[in-house]
This record gives sequence, C-alpha cells and structure tokens, in this order.
Amino acid sequence: MEKVYEKTLGVLQDVVSGFCPGCMHGTAHKLVGEVVQELGMLDKLVRVEGVGCCGLGQMYVSHDVIIAAHGRACAVATGVKRSSPDSLVYTYQGDGDLASIGLDETVSAANRGENFTVIFINNGIYGMTGGQMAPTTLIGMKATTAPFGRKVEEHGYPMHVCELLAQLKTPYFLVRTAVDTPQNVIKTRKYIKQAFQNQIDGKGFSLVEIVTSCPTNWGYSAKDALTFLREKMFEEFPLGVYRDKDKEEA
Amino acid sequence: MAERVFMKGCEAIAEAGVRAGCRFFAGYPITPQNEIPEYFARRMPEVGGVFVQGESEVASVNMLYGAAAAGARAMSSSSSCGISLYSEGVSYCASARLPVVYVNVQRGGPGIGAIQPAQQDYLQATKASGNGGFQMIVLAPATVQECVDMVYEGFELAARDNNPVLILTDGVIGTMMEPVVLPPMKSDEELAQLKEKYGVTKRACIGHPLGQQAKCFPGSAGTGQELVNKEAEKLYATWDKDVRVEKFLVDDAEIIFAAYGISARISKAIVKQLRAEGIKAGMIRPITVNPFPYDAFRDLDFNQVKGILDVEMSIPAQMRWDIDFAVQGRCQINECRRSGGQLLTNDQVLEGARQLIKEVL
Repeated sequence: MEKVYEKTLGVLQDVVSGFCPGCMHGTAHKLVGEVVQELGMLDKLVRVEGVGCCGLGQMYVSHDVIIAAHGRACAVATGVKRSSPDSLVYTYQGDGDLASIGLDETVSAANRGENFTVIFINNGIYGMTGGQMAPTTLIGMKATTAPFGRKVEEHGYPMHVCELLAQLKTPYFLVRTAVDTPQNVIKTRKYIKQAFQNQIDGKGFSLVEIVTSCPTNWGYSAKDALTFLREKMFEEFPLGVYRDKDKEEA
Repeated sequence: MAERVFMKGCEAIAEAGVRAGCRFFAGYPITPQNEIPEYFARRMPEVGGVFVQGESEVASVNMLYGAAAAGARAMSSSSSCGISLYSEGVSYCASARLPVVYVNVQRGGPGIGAIQPAQQDYLQATKASGNGGFQMIVLAPATVQECVDMVYEGFELAARDNNPVLILTDGVIGTMMEPVVLPPMKSDEELAQLKEKYGVTKRACIGHPLGQQAKCFPGSAGTGQELVNKEAEKLYATWDKDVRVEKFLVDDAEIIFAAYGISARISKAIVKQLRAEGIKAGMIRPITVNPFPYDAFRDLDFNQVKGILDVEMSIPAQMRWDIDFAVQGRCQINECRRSGGQLLTNDQVLEGARQLIKEVL
C-alpha cells in the first residue's frame, strides 16, 4: 500500500504535548518539523526558543535547542547563525516575547537582515503567565492586567509586527498567516518552507507570523475561540504577505 | 611567536582575545572601552571572525550567549552601567554553563556615573553579577601586560569550567599605553584540539543528528534546578587552586596596603617610598578578586602587622568587605579612596599611609 502520510521526525514521537485544547502551537511545531525534514536539514536545525508557551516546545522537538532569555531570541539567533553559518536557525517566539520585551532585538535583527527564520505566534495574550495583556491584545479585550478591557487611551492600539517591520528596507520575507483551517495550514506550510528556503539561499531575514487562538486565556471554548479568531483577530491582524523580495525582484 | 609591542590597554585586550582564538565579538559603544569593539571591528575580518555591533548591551550579551551555545570562543566588553545590562545575559551563561569571557573597563557609578576611571563595581563583579547567586572567576589586571595574559588565559579558564570569566579592569589601564609581549596566535589546529579537549563539539547546540539532540538550558524544568545549583557549587569549590595574589614585601611588614588593579600600582610606589624611609610597609594585591585571596590576609601575623590601608577608587570602599571578612578585627583597617573619575595620587596614598602609621605604630 502507498504511504500517504508520515509523522514528521522534527518532533519527538513518544511524548504527549502539554498545550491546552484548542491551542495552535502544536500545529506550528509540526509544520516546522515537516518542512525542514522535506528540505533534508533536520540535522542542521537549531531552535532558539523564547519564553512563554513558546518555551514549552523544547520538550517536544527532536533537534538542537537553545533557550533564550525572555525577548532575546533574535539576539541569540544572531550569535548562533553568525558564528555557525551552516546551521539552519529559527527563533520560535510568542507576541509578548517578540513584540514587547524583545521588540528591540526583533526590529534590529530584521533591520540587519540577519539570515535566520522567525516563527512568531501571535495569540494576543500572555499564555504561560496566565492571561496578562500583550502588545497584541485587541481593543476591548479583557486581560488579567487589563480587567476592564484594553483601552486606546491607556494602552494604545495593538502592535502590528509585520506592518512595523515592513517599514524597514532590509527584511526579505514577512508574512501573516493562520492555521485555523486545512487551507490555511497548507498555506502556512508553504510560507514556512519559503522562510527556511530563503535562509538556505542566504537571502536574509524571514518572519512568519501565525495568528492563533488561546481559548484558555481568552476565556472561550476551543470552538468559540475559533470564531473570535476569525471575526476579531483576523480583522485587526489581516492575513497576507507583507514583504516578499522574491516577488519584488521578479 | 610572542612579540613585544607598545599598545593601549583596550587594544591589547582585543588582540589577546583574537590570539586566544576568540572568533566572535559582540558589543555596544560605551566610554572608556570603545577601543575594544573598534579593534575587533578591524581585526575580525583578518582572521575570519565575526564582529557584531549589538543594538544594545542587552542584545550584545545575548549574542554572546548564542555564539557560545553554538560552540564559538566568544568575548565581549563594556563598562560599568553597560555591565549592569549584561547581568541578565551573564546569569544565563552561568546557568547554562557557557564559557564566555567579558571585560569591565570600570568607570564612575552608580547610574550613568562618570566616563572617567573608577573601581566602583567590585561587589557587583565578585558577589552578584546577576540573579541567582552564580559566581565567576574574576581577574583584576594591574598592567596592560596582565590584561593580555588574563584575557589569553581567561578563555582556557572559561572553557575548563564551562563558566563565564570576567576581566575587571578600569579606565586607566584600558586607555594607557605600555609595552607588552603578545602571546602567540593559537592556530586552527590548536583550537580544534582545544575544542576536542573541552568537549565543545558535543556540548554545542548545533549540528547534532536526530536522536542526539543537544539543549542549552539556562535553568531546569521542574525541581532539577537544585541539582544545577549543586553542580555549580561543586565547581566554585574547586577554585581554591585558582587564587592568585601578589605579596610585595609582606614578610616583615607592619603596615600592609591592600589594593587591586590600578590602585595597587600607585600603592606599590608608596610602599617603596616608605621602605626607603625605613618604614616596614608591604602590599597584598588580589589578582583574582574572585576567588579572593582571604588566606593572604587571614594568615598575617597580627603581632607584627599593626594596620592595613585599603586603597580603592571606590566610595564607599567595597573590597574592604572582603578584607574585613579575613581580618576579623585583628588589626586596624583604614581606607584611602577616591572615585567618580578622580584618580588616586601618590600624595594622597602617602597621606593615608602616614595617618595610619600615626594611629597604629
């Protein structure tokens, strides 16, 4: 019989993930594993991991892992990739890690055109610490540190990372995507592959932002969280390609 | 081949790093240590190394963390308030047991302080350079030659222990020129052998085939952290053998100067002057300020030693704590201090010595 599906070797086979029901981190990990396995680079793959729920991944992936200080993944990855250019390096960060405490490291690495790949999980909330307001929390959305909801006058508008980085000339590939439907999973898989291929080709900074749900800290069922994701999150964070120098140059 | 050259402290530090095999440097501009990153920026391309000007000290030290986690000989430098920003990254390096070498060319503090030389970071360097109670070997050079030798050796100490090493110097030594003998350039073969010797390839979190995953973890999941702490404690306990101290005319001394780094050079001149006057003066200079040479003070004959003059470019005095800890009140300790970019002068140290002599002899 023809084998039509195989589990990726990029994640460990014998562990059960501790991600909450309805969380999309698992899908993102699987896609990274599949894509890099396809590229034949799992032995060269180095994960630089942020702090937060993104930091749980080190228990589930099969490749080399460097755990960075909160927010510093892009600086750590700079050190790894520059000193070891043959490695295939990616950071895996959440919105608090990448867009709040680590915004400087993110923007600066993007602006230097560091030749690594960033997988950015944006769920609009601090997950691991229990639902505090993130830079990406929507207006009106409640968080434990914004119990009356995020207010423009007090907290400002949500931070748009792809749009922000698209102001810079250097980044090579910036895309915002989702994994809420099979179609989107396939699309995201394609984007992640492109982001790693860019690195292999020495093209520079590539970032894939995946807008995901956090039912636990949003206070929704997994199903209602999907509705919120599609109706509210995608409205604030439009999916699409924000920079693709391949296309610009073509 | 060793060669004798006339060099500025900061530049000599950088060249010593290159010769020790450092192939990754990240740093951020801050006075008075700018000549270190500037030198690396010019020099690294010649040896196939990497220089990155980080967007901040915070980023720079984390780049260092990444490079060291990937197995590179990595180094950085900063000064006082910049070193405060290194606290996080250095603590992570210590926790993940990564061998990095970094240099503090001290200036005035606290806060932004003053750009001129000082020794205001002693306690931070030796007792708590970041969260979590980790320790490092901290070497305190008193000459440009010692800067070179300590950086060169610092890489071996860091690699031996898988732990950060700090070179604690100051804006005087960093910016003055002296003749130095530079150590030989470590060859690629030598560096490959050292990599083998220290098990770097196995530990480095790159290039492992599936099933042999390596992790760089600056902590531990669950309750494993206590084990990490105990392992670190075991390492620190081995540092007795690494204690280094210069004892100058101590054997018959009745008055002891205690000073490190640039303050020790000034003190030494005064010791010689007092000796010429027939006063039995001597000096104890901690070369490793951590591990501190407590025994050098503890084992003094206090029937003979009447007083100690702690000479520091720090207000309040900081090394004084360690001296007190060793001496336990067995003789009088006076302080001679300047700070905020004010250099100690010979006259001032001499005056401090005369006052002590008047009080105890």
